[in-house]
Amino acid sequence: MAGGSSSSSSSFSTAPAPSLVDSLFQRSLDDLIKALRSQPAGAEPSLLSRAVAEIRREIRSPDPDTKAVALQKLTYLSSLHGLDASWAAFHALELLPSPSPLHKRLAYVAASLSFHPSTTDVLPLSTHQLRKDLSPSSPPPFSSLALHLLSLSASPDLALHLAPDLLPLLSPRSSPSSPLRPKAAAAALRTLSVCPDVAPLLFKPLVDCLSSPDLRVVSAAVGAFAELASSGDPTPYLPLAPEFYRVLAESGSNWILIKLLKIFTRLAPLEPRLAARLVDPLCDLLRRSSAQSLVFECVRTVFSGLPDHDRAVRLAVDKVREFLASADDPNLRYLGLRALSMLGPRHSWAVEESREAVIRSLADPDPNIRREALHLIMVMVFDSNVVEISVLLVNYAMKSDPIFANELLDAVLTTCRRNVYELIVDFDWYVSLLGEMARNPHCTRGEEIERQIVDIGLRVRDARPELVRVARGLLIDPALLGNPFLCRILSAAAWVSGEYVEFSRNPLELVEALLQPRTSLLPPLVRAVYIQAVFKVLAFCFSTYIDQLEISQLSSSIVESNTAAAASCIADGIAGMESTDGIATGDKPASLFSSIENKDPFTCESLTKLLILIETAVGPLSENDEVEVHGRARNLLGLIHMLREILTWKTEEQGFIKDNRIGEIVNLLQSMFSEELGPVSVNAQNRVPVPEGLVLEENLADLAWTLTEDDTAPSMSISFSLRSHQHGKTKDAAASSVRSASLLAEHRKRHGLYYLPTEKDETESNDYPRANDPLLPASQGDVPEDLVKLTKQSLIPRKVKHTKPRPVVIKLDEGDGVSTFPSTTVKESKDDLLSGAIHDALLGEGKPSSSQKRYSDKSSRGRVKDIADTGESVSQSKENLESGNREHRSSGSKSKHRGHGKERHRSPQKNEEKEEKNHRNSARSSHHHERHKHRPRGEALLNVAPRAPVIQHFLL
Amino acid sequence: MIHFVVLISRQGKVRLTKWYSPYSQKERTKVIRELSGMILARGPKLCNFVEWKGYKVVYRRYASLYFCMCIDADDNELEILEIIHHFVEILDRYFGSVCELDLIFNFHKAYYILDEILIAGELQEPSKKTVARLIAAQDALVETAKEQASSISNMIAQATK
Repeated sequence: MAGGSSSSSSSFSTAPAPSLVDSLFQRSLDDLIKALRSQPAGAEPSLLSRAVAEIRREIRSPDPDTKAVALQKLTYLSSLHGLDASWAAFHALELLPSPSPLHKRLAYVAASLSFHPSTTDVLPLSTHQLRKDLSPSSPPPFSSLALHLLSLSASPDLALHLAPDLLPLLSPRSSPSSPLRPKAAAAALRTLSVCPDVAPLLFKPLVDCLSSPDLRVVSAAVGAFAELASSGDPTPYLPLAPEFYRVLAESGSNWILIKLLKIFTRLAPLEPRLAARLVDPLCDLLRRSSAQSLVFECVRTVFSGLPDHDRAVRLAVDKVREFLASADDPNLRYLGLRALSMLGPRHSWAVEESREAVIRSLADPDPNIRREALHLIMVMVFDSNVVEISVLLVNYAMKSDPIFANELLDAVLTTCRRNVYELIVDFDWYVSLLGEMARNPHCTRGEEIERQIVDIGLRVRDARPELVRVARGLLIDPALLGNPFLCRILSAAAWVSGEYVEFSRNPLELVEALLQPRTSLLPPLVRAVYIQAVFKVLAFCFSTYIDQLEISQLSSSIVESNTAAAASCIADGIAGMESTDGIATGDKPASLFSSIENKDPFTCESLTKLLILIETAVGPLSENDEVEVHGRARNLLGLIHMLREILTWKTEEQGFIKDNRIGEIVNLLQSMFSEELGPVSVNAQNRVPVPEGLVLEENLADLAWTLTEDDTAPSMSISFSLRSHQHGKTKDAAASSVRSASLLAEHRKRHGLYYLPTEKDETESNDYPRANDPLLPASQGDVPEDLVKLTKQSLIPRKVKHTKPRPVVIKLDEGDGVSTFPSTTVKESKDDLLSGAIHDALLGEGKPSSSQKRYSDKSSRGRVKDIADTGESVSQSKENLESGNREHRSSGSKSKHRGHGKERHRSPQKNEEKEEKNHRNSARSSHHHERHKHRPRGEALLNVAPRAPVIQHFLL
Repeated sequence: MIHFVVLISRQGKVRLTKWYSPYSQKERTKVIRELSGMILARGPKLCNFVEWKGYKVVYRRYASLYFCMCIDADDNELEILEIIHHFVEILDRYFGSVCELDLIFNFHKAYYILDEILIAGELQEPSKKTVARLIAAQDALVETAKEQASSISNMIAQATK
């Protein structure tokens, strides 16, 4: 034997053989710990499983010592090594009645660690033993153990059965300075919260604890009430406010004060008079106390309980500033920021006052503090300062660590997106900010940025030119293509530049960017978007070119030669394409694209070049494995072949114009893409009216006919390529694309998805200066200095005269709910039950005689002075008290209270009666009722009417 | 209220756990894993609070041990720091400059002490002296019982020989 085993070795001659061996060679806890510690790292699981097997054998031993040691070992393993000990609950139970304090203690510790109120099935078996240990005749340490177990693993049944046994321990008569009374108060709290039915029994003794001379008892009772008030509805505790106030005035213990303030934080918003009376003591504590924990609690109470009392708020804000300024204590800085965020927007001046400290906190080494500061700043964002703050944060994100950088970006994105971009006035600025975010090397918020780029494109017509400009910047940069987080943004950029290509200054350059070799790094779906964008750009280029030709043909004859030249040029180009690229365009590659910048962008050379470029880049993709890429590449190549065919076929002078086919194709394509895509409400489908003459077919036999006709009719390759390009963007799949476009337009019109016309000249926006340009140099500076620059900006909202009007942002109805607010948390039914039960208990307490006495007591002591406006309310309160007592009497005398809870469930009739009665009361005191309107109906009926008068009674 | 108390060593070993709210064994293991990952990663000179699933965990490091307590969002963090310190001081007084090994080999005693300080997740005994006295009284009770048992068993053992 390894030694150190408990005193079990020599006394088991009567035990059966196996357990004798077990107990003789049992390893003690020390042995087990030593074995575990000397074990190499990998061998622990096997050692643990062996130890558990050993324990399983030993724990069945009839010898209590062996059992106790086994239980102790199991407790150790389960609490520190996370092994399951629930199987041993019964064995712990077996040891509970042991007369030996050693065994009892071990058994109770094991039970309190392994019992679970809802899953331990042997829990009811412990009732008797607990009752025995709780009885006043058992030694106090035993009762203390039992109270612990009760407080940790009370199930509703256990609580109901053992609540009466707590009474003697709670009463001051049994032993005035017993250490058990505070423990009993704590256990009573748990019993109450598990089983509200015991409230009538336990509430009164718990209230009595508040007036105990023993501070520990007061502390425990205050702690219990703090827990009860903060876990559920605090209203039932309002009548106790004078009692709490007395403790506040008399107690000097910080522990008690903190708990009391927690209660008052909940109660003060319910009763303005209480709040008014709290101001003085709170200010006093704020000024005098040296304990930061107490000061912080005061600040919290003032901020969340008495925000209307300027004197207290002023003082608390000063304290918070001290907190924020404490350079050596990160805890205080953190709590200072937390406290500020408790203040509502009404007190934004407080944040304004300490904005420097708040903004400096963004550079704090502690991520938690930075997060709090960011949160606080984002709450203070208004349309007047959104530009400064966002630019600053985005610039700062460039320099901070990856995690925080993304938090910063997140904060900016979510704030700006709120309520369909309600904060944003200058969309050009915001769009360029989005582009900047994409360039942040840590950026992982591609999806959100993608969403917003497309969303703004759809909603804000005036932002499109800038959007296209930003998209160009992103597409052209080959470095961005390798970043997997950015491909979503690039996809949005490609889509935007394809969709709004008319705003592009240089479509040919765009095509080059979209087809650059590094695009092979993109995922297939994004590549598909790229190719589709190329398709749109190509269509746009040709239609623009033809428009140009037509105009010039009409106006002058000079153009004729031009066109001829153009036509022949194209023919040359196509011929050259067959052999080598260089022949046709090789002599002026640089001038080709530079000439685009001028007023007359498209020449026939440039278009030829475009065709060659697309064909070389997209050609290989027609063999791509990915269907999306493959399909779109084929479409594009189909169009190019078609164009080329026509060009080579018609080379004579002005053939280009005369042959309508090119014009037709181009018009067709244009009509397909020119239809604007608007945001679609999720409910759009519902609002489509069913046409009157609509007769739904009984079967789908006709469909076969439709299909076959559809397949055969458009045999031309044109419509093939057109139709396969619709890819979800155009919704109607009508046979003729022109018809489909007009249908679509009609459809949209009916659903209100057209844009309001804006007067703004769109070309002008291209030259609009970037809002954040002047700020860029600042980003090179030192971090905190950079941040402090913002501190010169006021955080509070101010009226700004906007230099230009906010563009129209398309909003749809309900379907557009961008921000989904979490539904308000539903109060647990248990809490409601509890507050209801406690309210009943309070009613029982408030017998006219005793409360009357209390009332006179109070006023004679002069603690509550204002006796104004009592007239009406007193009479009312009497009335209601009376009814309350009637209700109380109907539920039986105090000794029958345990039955009362059950009775309520059993006899719904009586309940209804009561409700009716209360209803009448509540009708009488309707102005009290109003305050509790939001409460569930049943509870309101049960509680409201009697509660209000009781409050008045105590407070006056 | 305090939902649980966990002591974790710097290496991530659990030294004491006490749960004042019901958690299943599976949840307990998960909680400890998550928290130790979060807390041990934090450097020195940072604040002692971590937000975790709507709760707050207040921790404080003493030598190689992290004392962590989980509280509700509206509880007072500084008060919990004081409670932790209170606990450590009492441990220190009881063991005589306490170290990790004391807790490893006397883990149940650490439980007894904690049980005198906290009940149902609330501080119940703010006086160090009283806690020391209560623990000493209990120890004495156990000791005498032990002696009695051993003397009786000795007597029986001798008698049966």
